[in-house]
Amino acid sequence: MAKEFRTLKTSVNLPYELAYGPIWTRFFDGLLNKKILGTKCPKCDRILVPARSFCPRCFVDTPEWVEISHEGALTAWCLTNYRYYGQPVEPPSISALIRLDGANVDFLHLIGGFDLGDFELVRRKVKNGMRVKAVWNEERKAQIFDIKYFEPV
Amino acid sequence: MPKKVGIAAVAQNAGVESKDNFYDQSYKITKEILDKAGLKREELETIISAASDIFHGGISCANSYYWETTGAFLKPGSRQDGESLFAFFYGVMRILSGDYDTALVIALCKGSENPENDACTLMYADPFYQRMIGMNETMAAAMQMRIYMERYGIAEEQCAKVVVKNLANALGNPYAHRKGRFTVDDVLGSDRIIDPLTQMQIAPKSEGMVALLLASEEKAKKLTSKPVWFRGFGNSIDHYYIGDRDLLDSPLKTAAARAYKMAGISRPRKEIDIAEITEPYAFQELIWCEDLGFCGPGEGGKMIDSGATQKTGDIPVNPSGGVLANNPYVSRGLQRVVEATLQLRGEAGERQVDKKMKTALAHGTHGFAGQCHAVAILGV
Ligand SMILES: [Zn+2]
Repeated sequence: MAKEFRTLKTSVNLPYELAYGPIWTRFFDGLLNKKILGTKCPKCDRILVPARSFCPRCFVDTPEWVEISHEGALTAWCLTNYRYYGQPVEPPSISALIRLDGANVDFLHLIGGFDLGDFELVRRKVKNGMRVKAVWNEERKAQIFDIKYFEPV
Repeated sequence: MPKKVGIAAVAQNAGVESKDNFYDQSYKITKEILDKAGLKREELETIISAASDIFHGGISCANSYYWETTGAFLKPGSRQDGESLFAFFYGVMRILSGDYDTALVIALCKGSENPENDACTLMYADPFYQRMIGMNETMAAAMQMRIYMERYGIAEEQCAKVVVKNLANALGNPYAHRKGRFTVDDVLGSDRIIDPLTQMQIAPKSEGMVALLLASEEKAKKLTSKPVWFRGFGNSIDHYYIGDRDLLDSPLKTAAARAYKMAGISRPRKEIDIAEITEPYAFQELIWCEDLGFCGPGEGGKMIDSGATQKTGDIPVNPSGGVLANNPYVSRGLQRVVEATLQLRGEAGERQVDKKMKTALAHGTHGFAGQCHAVAILGV
């Protein structure tokens, strides 16, 4: 619709270079080698994944590294079927929180490996509590999509 | 509490796109509230602004756009980035310090200019991990909704009823962006953009320049015959990583407990006369009602079914239409305070709740699936 007054089309685009730091570097390097790494809190014994330098609840360092299972159960999910600016994953897609075996927090990733075209069919197939396992990309780049997605077991 | 802080005047503009630019809109709303209070710019002592420079603003930095337009030339202005209900409390504290008798709290957001909310909230996700998955506020909400429905047997129809109620309430609100008479079928039949959420269950992006003038007790009594008093505030913040959280164990419970303690409220359902809460996704109104203690855990569905939260119910929730009707992202929390104030003053026009009122609650939230919450209690 034509507007009565002029508008300016503009965007903000600035380059940054952000530090992963030693902990996240080790976590993402783990993915490169098909390993999902977490850290264990010495106080509450929770295993946190992705790995991090401290437990946000106990506020103590978490120096112990743990290798986490590639399998787990679905905690939550949604089926995205629209587009938004900057969207990194082509819709339709399923984002999910997955409780990997042995971990005490959920791991955010995608569920895939089957047809996502119809939400009714997807709802019949995908259920919270459902078992899923990681599908790895052949070509890995030390980033989160070294795991392609998780698929139903 | 040693000192009382009063709300002496409020002002807001409409959620629909206006012809004005950001700069002029900020100036006009400031002028409006000062005129309403009969206060000259020179008399205004301090200004707290809430805005988002880049994500929900994109225009420039605070120094160039938010200060002279809000009357802050050579004054001690300060600001809050993000949720404006926090700025409200910042203003309250400035009055409580005893150093100021008047404080303007102003939230600035011109949603019509911005990319969709989901593009902005994608930027709230860390760039190393969650942003790559595409995490944004709507995605987090959709996952939260599914757990909520499953854990407590909440029906999609019950969630949709929130939209039906709020958009009908908004018919009485001249500032509302989205309003109308709709059915549960309309809501559930709208585009299923992110199952289980449909389009109509998601708040729009709106304009909202929202202003509130705070004053010390004596000053408030001089500026208005109908002061509304600050009685309590509480806030609480959950973990950042969405996987670290139980999405149904929200920090709103601790935020509310803090606000109730400060206000001396022990039975919220009985003592609170009306609530204006931030529900960018319909089902969240049900969860937040539970967390605010208006009903038990998992009883949000039954509560909307009972009609208790309707304008005619025992605890009207969002008589303005809430955030589903008007969503100026940064300003929405302060707008809840403004709406609650208008209700307590009996100045809410067609959206006025028809009962004698003493206590109102205003709630704000931001972050994924309610990561941060703030609750304010007001009274007359
Ligand atoms: Zn711990």
